[in-house]
Amino acid sequence: MAVAQAKLDALEARLAVLSLPEGGWTGTARDEALARLRAMGLPGKRDEYWRYTNPESLTSATAGKAALFDAGGEAPLFDGIDRVKLVFVDGVFSADLSDDPAAAGVELLSRQSADIHWAQGLYGVLEARGQVPVARPLAALNTAAAAEGVLIRVTEKAAKPVNLIYLHQSETSDAILHHCIKIESGADLTILENGPGAARFNTVMEVELADGARFHHIRAQGRDHECRAVTHIFARLGAEALFKSFTLTANGVLTRNEAVLELTGDDAMAHVAGAAVGDGDFLHDDTVFVTHAAERCESRQVFKKVLKNGAVGVFQGKILVKPGAQKTDGYQISQSLLLDEDSQFLAKPELEIYADDVKCSHGSTSGAIDETALYYLRSRGVPLRQAQSLLVLAFLAEAIQEIEDEAIAEDIRSRLEGWLARHGQ
Amino acid sequence: MLEIKNLHVKLEEEDKVILKGVNLTVEAGKVHAIMGPNGSGKSTLSYVLSGRDGYEVTEGSATLEGVELLEMEPEERAAAGLFLAFQYPVEIPGVGNMTFLRTAVNAQRKARGEEEMTAGEFLKVVREKAKQLKIDADMMKRPVNVGFSGGEKKRNEILQMAMLEPKMCILDETDSGLDVDAMKLVADGVNALRAEGRAFLVITHYQRLLDHIKPDVVHIMADGRIIKTGGPELALEVEHNGYANLLAEVQ
Repeated sequence: MAVAQAKLDALEARLAVLSLPEGGWTGTARDEALARLRAMGLPGKRDEYWRYTNPESLTSATAGKAALFDAGGEAPLFDGIDRVKLVFVDGVFSADLSDDPAAAGVELLSRQSADIHWAQGLYGVLEARGQVPVARPLAALNTAAAAEGVLIRVTEKAAKPVNLIYLHQSETSDAILHHCIKIESGADLTILENGPGAARFNTVMEVELADGARFHHIRAQGRDHECRAVTHIFARLGAEALFKSFTLTANGVLTRNEAVLELTGDDAMAHVAGAAVGDGDFLHDDTVFVTHAAERCESRQVFKKVLKNGAVGVFQGKILVKPGAQKTDGYQISQSLLLDEDSQFLAKPELEIYADDVKCSHGSTSGAIDETALYYLRSRGVPLRQAQSLLVLAFLAEAIQEIEDEAIAEDIRSRLEGWLARHGQ
Repeated sequence: MLEIKNLHVKLEEEDKVILKGVNLTVEAGKVHAIMGPNGSGKSTLSYVLSGRDGYEVTEGSATLEGVELLEMEPEERAAAGLFLAFQYPVEIPGVGNMTFLRTAVNAQRKARGEEEMTAGEFLKVVREKAKQLKIDADMMKRPVNVGFSGGEKKRNEILQMAMLEPKMCILDETDSGLDVDAMKLVADGVNALRAEGRAFLVITHYQRLLDHIKPDVVHIMADGRIIKTGGPELALEVEHNGYANLLAEVQ
């Protein structure tokens, strides 16, 4: 089917205001991404996977304005964690604010040469694989246009987590970041990401996990209420590899988090979880596609959203079990806690199974705070707001449990408590 | 301690009157029992006193040490010293039992302008009291009442009571769902809390709980009123003859 002219026109308008990077070892990958993109056009609200989330503000030629958030006295996230800090201000790497990337074995995409590079087998490669069967044009746009990002390759257990910090300083910034992460056999890496990034933010993270590799990813996003973001994680897992990703989203008028995970080696394990809290003009969309292509793999999707004052939550999650992927164990849960009658949760769970000896379960619910539990807590002397807060945190607990490191989990919990205190819960 | 005067209560959403003029005074240091057939309004009385939604007080008052309870939020009543041991303790997935208990203890202390308990202090006290009720460390770590047996839930209620040290304790059918051994354990827990400045209101269907928790005064409730008040012998009379005679007597 021919791509609608309007989508192509929108794409050309968008490309016209971007200065596409030239040269360097990513050149070919960028050209190919551009070709993919021109064959797809930008997403429109009539596309099957954009029915619940209008992509217009993500595809428009320029970014809308987003006011800066006043954090008050709140401590920066992950402050107590010993980590390598790499700071991007409105999508541009800041050497002044960062630790030395070279000392931590991190390379910067912005400093690429034309020489052959290990990431050539990764940059745009997993993104391209992830375009089938569902098109993800904004990821292809990212591959074509990203000038900044990190390239990390680990061959053993990394000494410290790498913390990518995204500062938002310009009210109209429009940032595109592309990260490539390669974890060799038996190696182990933790990536922390936090900060709103820019008024409009488009990120891609491609993660290649060799046999027995381990990857932990903990992210906190949102904050600056008017920000818009579309993020993509593309991961491919070898045998016995472990992938765990958790995202906290607090505020943000529009956030779409896509995760495309492919289990290609036997006995691999992929967990992806999210806790989102929104008040008012808030739309949060988790779009997940997990492919089981090997035997005895386990996948878990755990997504929880707390919504009030007309906030909207979207979940589109799919488990695809390919022929021969026997003994697959797939689990998917998406739940929302609606704190009033104006809020909305839209869920589309999908299972597609072509193997006959698998275990796959999914569930999706939305409901209000349990009044009986609230009364019970209050009858023991816990004030109303504190009792509500406890119950909201309890609702989110299953997602937060996916964070293995207790200190990091505690940071996420206290950030949530701060949000609940600010938003009258 | 607790003084209920001419209390009339109806359901908020229906035109159903449940309490039709309850008068009851419980003195400090005493144990009062309320017995009565199903549907007589016993549990409603406990809910209304603790501040559950869904009931409308149309007349009367209930005071705790002279302070009107019915105008207060449930948490204010708790801080004032009222405690209800639930007939059906509520399960709260995701909230650890220990966290719950410590939050409650400190919230009440804060409301009363007292110093909050430190984690260490709290742990020491809770371990001691849990041990007496045969509540193991695993039960303290689990989410509140989730996966607890009937007996474990009731013991957990008594543990909360022991930690919160209320002035006025209402036990709503604490014996329901308990075997003989569990009932003994729960009764021992309650008896250990009997004190000069503390009063109990024990709601039950059966006399057997009162073998273990000896009441000073027994009230019979029927059709939303206290119809007869007497000593412990009144409970024995009910046990032998049922409620029919008593009800007939009044009508």
